[in-house]
Amino acid sequence: MNVLARRETLLVVLLALFIGLGAVLSPYFLDGTNFADLTDQLMERAIMALPLTLVIVAGEIDLSVESMLGLSSALLGLTYGWGVPLWAGIPLVLAVGALGGLLNGLLVTRAGLPSLVVTLGTLALFRGLAYVVLGPRAVSRWPAGFNAFGFGDVPGTLVPWPFVVFAVLAAVFAFVLHRTWIGRQLYATGKNPQAARFSGIRVARLKTALFVLSGALSALAGVILTARLASARADNGQGFVLDVVTAVLLGGVSIFGGEGSIAGVVLAVFAIGVLRNALTLADVTPDVQSTAVGALLIVSVAGPGIVRRIRSAWSDREVWT
Amino acid sequence: MAGRAMASSVDRAAGSGVERTLAVVGRLREFGILVALAGVVVAVSLLTPRFLSLDNLGEVLLSISLIAIAATGQTVVVLTRNVDLSVGSMVGLVAFVTGDLLKQHALGVPEAVLAGCAAGLALGAVNGLVVTAGRVPAIVATLGTLNVYRGLVFFIAGGTEVSAIDLPPGYLGIATARVVGIPVLILCAAAVAGVVAYWLRSSRTGRSIYAIGSNPAAAEAIGIPSQRLVFAAFAVSGLLCGVAGVLWGARFGTVNAFAASGLELQVIAAVVVGGVNIFGGSGSVLGAMLGAILLGTIDNSLTLLHLSQFWLQAIDGAVILLAVGADAAIRGYVQRALRAQGRR
Repeated sequence: MNVLARRETLLVVLLALFIGLGAVLSPYFLDGTNFADLTDQLMERAIMALPLTLVIVAGEIDLSVESMLGLSSALLGLTYGWGVPLWAGIPLVLAVGALGGLLNGLLVTRAGLPSLVVTLGTLALFRGLAYVVLGPRAVSRWPAGFNAFGFGDVPGTLVPWPFVVFAVLAAVFAFVLHRTWIGRQLYATGKNPQAARFSGIRVARLKTALFVLSGALSALAGVILTARLASARADNGQGFVLDVVTAVLLGGVSIFGGEGSIAGVVLAVFAIGVLRNALTLADVTPDVQSTAVGALLIVSVAGPGIVRRIRSAWSDREVWT
Repeated sequence: MAGRAMASSVDRAAGSGVERTLAVVGRLREFGILVALAGVVVAVSLLTPRFLSLDNLGEVLLSISLIAIAATGQTVVVLTRNVDLSVGSMVGLVAFVTGDLLKQHALGVPEAVLAGCAAGLALGAVNGLVVTAGRVPAIVATLGTLNVYRGLVFFIAGGTEVSAIDLPPGYLGIATARVVGIPVLILCAAAVAGVVAYWLRSSRTGRSIYAIGSNPAAAEAIGIPSQRLVFAAFAVSGLLCGVAGVLWGARFGTVNAFAASGLELQVIAAVVVGGVNIFGGSGSVLGAMLGAILLGTIDNSLTLLHLSQFWLQAIDGAVILLAVGADAAIRGYVQRALRAQGRR
């Protein structure tokens, strides 16, 4: 495809535009610490966007990610409160995340239910379980090392630790999606599940694995958010799913499956983060910022098609005159 | 089409009672949910006799009346193989704007109610335009407008809220008024559902809406103006969210910028639990209403049984999964049985 017509190019331009906007709006914007803070706050959503990209490329969707984040945070708080050490508690909540993902995956692939409906159900179920587990309490006494992981930086730099986790994951995801047979199977499955199955791809198993991965990484995001806020609460991450899905779709992943790239999604995550940060520095409240994010999503999806149609209408006219 | 032909062959065969029952169940999608509802009602009324009191049943219906109105519009949209995620934001925006207009004494009550409904229609029309003219998939478009509309409420509200003392009694009275002993809110919901159900079932446009969702290519081929009807479906959803928004302000009195956020999940849950196929083409307003009633009944029973509110959301989620799973299982069973019947 033409480099100029690629989604990634558009996103780089957008990102540059938003950075420029931020610089104009506030003198504090172009500060290193501001960028570090901005990045730190994005990481849970960024990590959840990676497996969701694969899920959507394969033609499914997972709306339950934010609730799994909440359940993982609540469970970690509960077990730590019981005296279970973190080295045991963290693997435990990751396993619960994988199990929740397995439930999604089996309902979609074995019971044949639409993933939109299944994960809408588990969106309520997992959040409900989070409240059942922890109630309205907050667990806020954590070991210093755990907190340092959440909002500390790699020594001698401004790079927050969660970013390191995200960067490694993003590299692995990009490699798997774009350079391996697994990635090619994912695109094939998303483009045409029937044809993929007939050509020997184990579609059901592949999709189940994706949901498991999505559950486990959402649980990891829950651990990171708990560390960053130094607080385990059942309502942690409420509302994240909109930002995550918006980032994936803004990143050029087709909601119908079979299209999209990790690079696009990573750029989109940062474009949204920078836009929100710039608006925050300009005293726009987060809720009002959502208007800009929503409009951005619609324009980015509708825009290219509309431009193409105007252009083709224009060239048709030239043919006729 | 094939399914219907098979069903009628079963009628003609009129074999054992089981087969006849299967034929009825196969056609009546609402049957499964009716059984589930009956099960819940019997179980809860055995546990607490208070459940079956008229007052309590009225309370259940009242608590779901606004969800039911929005779910009626959602049903129309889902039938066309689309989805409207922006309903919560539309209800919230209309509720706040209507309340604010009355608070500022900008309009009288009837005018403000009309303005609220018109605002809903306009918001729905924007959704419809983005989906049809902008060719943006519905889930993406309405996820976008969910954010845009909610942001607008916060922008307009700017930290203020509308409380009951700011509102004229004529407006708040809508929520407490009763006609022949039945709350007006319930009557509104029933009227909206009845009109839309009749329209979908019996009008040419209604049948075309089913056709679009059932087989878009075929619908296009026989000359159904799909794009125009999809636009209309989103406009209807917006208008009904406008109605629900106007009533929301009257019912709760206090409206802040968070009003009705997350309502979309309850509305879509009602529609899906009610057996409306998320991929369009089948389901009914009656089913969606039963779905809303089932979810409302469960919420109400949890309160009556003094179960912790924290279980509420978990059980709602489990009910969605069970209802959809059971629906799929029953449909699969019926189809297999009918196919076996056809072979014989």
